[in-house]
Amino acid sequence: MAFLEIRDVHKRFGPAHILRGISLDVELHQVVCLIGASGSGKSTLLRCINALEVIDGGVINLDGDRCSGQGIDVDALRQEIGIVFQSFNLFPHMTVLDNITLAPRKVLRLPAAEAEDRAMQLLTRIGLAEKAKDYPDRLSGGQQQRVAIVRALAMEPRLMLLDEITSALDPELVAEVLNIVRDLARDGMTMMLATHEMHFAKEVSSKVCFLHEGVILEEGPPEQIFGDPTEERTQAFLKRIIDAGRL
Amino acid sequence: MLTYRKAATASLLFPPAGIPAMYHSLEAGRLAREGDVEGARTAGGKARDWSWYAVGVGLTVYVIAFLLFILFNNHGAVRVVFFGWSILTNGKAWHSMLKGFWINIQVFFITEIIVLVWALVVAIVRLLPGKACRPIRMLATLYVDIFRGIPAILVVYLVGLGFLQAKVPLVGDLSDNQYVILALSLTYGAYVSEVYRAGIESVHWSQVAAARSLGLSYTQSLRHVVVPQAVRRVIPPLLNDFIGLQKDTAIISVIGVLDVVNRARFINNAKGTLAAYSMAALLFLAVTIPFTRWLEWLQKRSQNRMQGGH
Repeated sequence: MAFLEIRDVHKRFGPAHILRGISLDVELHQVVCLIGASGSGKSTLLRCINALEVIDGGVINLDGDRCSGQGIDVDALRQEIGIVFQSFNLFPHMTVLDNITLAPRKVLRLPAAEAEDRAMQLLTRIGLAEKAKDYPDRLSGGQQQRVAIVRALAMEPRLMLLDEITSALDPELVAEVLNIVRDLARDGMTMMLATHEMHFAKEVSSKVCFLHEGVILEEGPPEQIFGDPTEERTQAFLKRIIDAGRL
Repeated sequence: MLTYRKAATASLLFPPAGIPAMYHSLEAGRLAREGDVEGARTAGGKARDWSWYAVGVGLTVYVIAFLLFILFNNHGAVRVVFFGWSILTNGKAWHSMLKGFWINIQVFFITEIIVLVWALVVAIVRLLPGKACRPIRMLATLYVDIFRGIPAILVVYLVGLGFLQAKVPLVGDLSDNQYVILALSLTYGAYVSEVYRAGIESVHWSQVAAARSLGLSYTQSLRHVVVPQAVRRVIPPLLNDFIGLQKDTAIISVIGVLDVVNRARFINNAKGTLAAYSMAALLFLAVTIPFTRWLEWLQKRSQNRMQGGH
């Protein structure tokens, strides 16, 4: 039994059938990369896993417990699963420190001092301790995204979902964000990431899934997907990426 | 070409700025004929600047002059009716007016505090999600529709006189002031709830997604993420509504409370002028203008602390 089991998941938005039967296993400490064109369903799949979207069919299990459909405690589920968004989504009316400590204080009911200690440790680790009292608009995009990652980590999730977290960043800021993800992977964090950074996907992932029109067309170790893809669509997708100079 | 020449000519209607404008425009013409293009442009620019002074300063001077003309025309009748000095310098009259105005201030402050809370409750109820909450959502919508649609003065009559006559349970035996507070709270609660609702809806859904994804409940997300951002955004329209409310406390006079308007009426009747109404107007201005400036300052401060966002 895998840590995260996704079985025949379907998702529709009105007439649009976005996910058309996705099945996928993620083992503990694995890093799974979702690649594919925009609109292929990568983001939707991630959002379904932590119940930001309600799935229309299939089942998702986390560590053996069903975590989709009716009757689940979404708030409890989301404590187990952290997500980081493309557009950071920091709370603009709170300082960096408050952004990070809000959920530990209000959801985990940690005392403020303890929550702040932990937040400062995390901020120190990513080199942003001196920004603790700043509001997010004083930070660069890369710094904001690092704070967003730390905000999710402060809940000590068992699974991290990263939804194209470098797509909104200027190129020179991408590396500082990816370095954190690299560290997390080294520390054994289980992660699923939707990404267009193919070099990075090749480097960190244990498994790469190519999504096309709502199905996983091909999955396998990165060497195989990037080196010797069997599906024609995958080959065509990767060729476009290579032609764009991104691989 | 040479538009500054026409502007300078028009500026002569206000000679203090028009004469320099004309001088520079002639200078520009001379320099242009001598072939000094750069000098001509500089002089033309100066002529344009002076023409703008003619508009900005000249218009102001003429408008003020016109107002003074009205004030002192007809042997100063306007001045006597609106600003009878004998009353404006009458200490007893001011004392009586201030006593009345104090009631307006009290009604304003209490109503404002009630409205700030009550309107937020209504707005949140109108935005409750799901099928189960539909009846209460509709009830809140009905309330807003009704009380936004009735003139405040009618609500004051209906609540202030009607509740007392009909001995309505819970609110059948209140003082006149309390009835007015109740009536104005009902009316302004409906208005302000719409302001809050617009503010809450303007907070991008991705903020809620971020809050919920951290495990915060719907209520916690509203409390800590959505409402604080919404309130900051609606301060300018709220301010507008509260200045309206501050002025509408004058409605209290229609059910016989001895507020500033009724006291002014008595003084006017005794002295045969309207000067006491001007006094009342000055009293309102003395509160609304500083109040506006203070809220603008508060808003600027909060903007400085939280620029941008989205």
